[in-house]
Amino acid sequence: MPKIPGLLKGLGVTLNTLKRTALDGANTVQYPHEKEAPPLRARGVIALHEDNCTSCMLCVRSCPDWCIYIEGHKELAPPRRAGGKPRQVNKLDRFDIDYALCMYCGICVEVCPFDALFWSPEYEYSEPNLADLLHDKVKLGEWMATVPEAPAYEVGAEKKGKK
Amino acid sequence: MSALLAADLPYWVQSLLRVLGGVVAVLLPAGAIVYLFLFKMMSFMQSRLGPMEAGPYGSMQLFAEVGKWLQKEDITPERADRVIFKIAPLVVLASTFLLVAVVPFGPDAWFTNFEAGVFYMLAVSSVSVLGILIAGWSSANKYSLLGGLRAAGQLIAYELPMVLAVIGVIIQAGTMNLQGIVLAQNTGEMFGWNGLGNPYILTQFTGFIIFMIAVQAELTQTPFDMPIAESELVSGYMTEYSGFRFLTFFIAEFATAGVFSFIASVLFLGGWGVPFAWFGWTDIDSVDNWMNVVGPLIMFGKMMLLSFVIMWVRFSYPRFREDQLQRFAWKVLVPVSLVNIMVTAILKVAL
Repeated sequence: MPKIPGLLKGLGVTLNTLKRTALDGANTVQYPHEKEAPPLRARGVIALHEDNCTSCMLCVRSCPDWCIYIEGHKELAPPRRAGGKPRQVNKLDRFDIDYALCMYCGICVEVCPFDALFWSPEYEYSEPNLADLLHDKVKLGEWMATVPEAPAYEVGAEKKGKK
Repeated sequence: MSALLAADLPYWVQSLLRVLGGVVAVLLPAGAIVYLFLFKMMSFMQSRLGPMEAGPYGSMQLFAEVGKWLQKEDITPERADRVIFKIAPLVVLASTFLLVAVVPFGPDAWFTNFEAGVFYMLAVSSVSVLGILIAGWSSANKYSLLGGLRAAGQLIAYELPMVLAVIGVIIQAGTMNLQGIVLAQNTGEMFGWNGLGNPYILTQFTGFIIFMIAVQAELTQTPFDMPIAESELVSGYMTEYSGFRFLTFFIAEFATAGVFSFIASVLFLGGWGVPFAWFGWTDIDSVDNWMNVVGPLIMFGKMMLLSFVIMWVRFSYPRFREDQLQRFAWKVLVPVSLVNIMVTAILKVAL
């Protein structure tokens, strides 16, 4: 008998939710028709800024499931100043990320010393064929257009750390 | 014999019409309950919209689901008792059709006008237990066997309070004929006032509550869904069924919910009738013919109301443990319904 008020309260909870959903709409979003804005710093897909990459292989070595493949070669570029000796630069031949393996840990983005990798909030790149989830450097470069501006530092954040 | 049909129709036409009527009376409530309550009401109670793509507001979702199930492979486990495995869902569904046979839908709109209707109804509702038990046994699967045994234990335990709850109504109405019970409620009067008839939900409120709890358990709906507990028994006796046979179980579950709501509205809410005093009717023969059309609609409305309550309870409460479930039946419902019978009998004689 003492349980009956609680039982009625339970029925009230579901009935109130029913009423709220009918009057104010559901908490869910009807996905293909309307989309939620992804939150700040959402981890959708990794974009590659190819010019910044020096093929240092740090991302490849830090990747926990080895889903990044880099091949490159060295080239001689013309000297910066007249009379100098030619510079040696690394050219990317291949930069692939296999999103069938990637677990979105973001270590590669963190570890990149030259700001060549960025998070983009785009998430709609599923494929009917598993092999098509291997994004090459052209496709990774296309994601750069979707990378949002870095959010402003929090107040006082600049003071921390060494100068 | 039904006045609408009796006139000049040959016997086989009457039989055909009855079969058609029975199919409609079973499948229409099942479809309405599944779409309105299982798809939409449950979703709304969880603050989501439910199926929205198939047809406007997902109204064609039922047909999509049926089509999906019909496409699936019909698997029979290797070690299963094949014949029994295959007839088990049909036994469960047959019990639903047998149940609807005695439900009156209007003064002349009934399938059979059976003198011992309540007795028959309680008897055939137990046939589904048999179907569930043989489904659990013949699947040759430990989860199915456990589910089937739990179902048998639960359904037998809750059959008893259900029977005892109905006895109060029988004592008050003085008849076991369901049509007679409808008449007794609608011609009755409360303290000399006949504006509402005498629906037994007022005088037999305890019986009504016990009956609805027992129905909830008979249908293995959620607070009593130990037999099909999907998180521990992978749907119990339904584990090995796929495709059309699973669909049969599914239809039977919700059709039985509808039919039990029909029966509960006949026993406690006055069935197809409106209080006869409104139109100056005195007995069954003076009821106007249009009640044969309005009656089924009233029945449908009451059925939807009671199904709403059944589903509402289903979506609100967590599951009983097996021992709690048995203790509740034997230590609470049975004694309370026995007391209810005694009080009803004493008042019936005294007043």
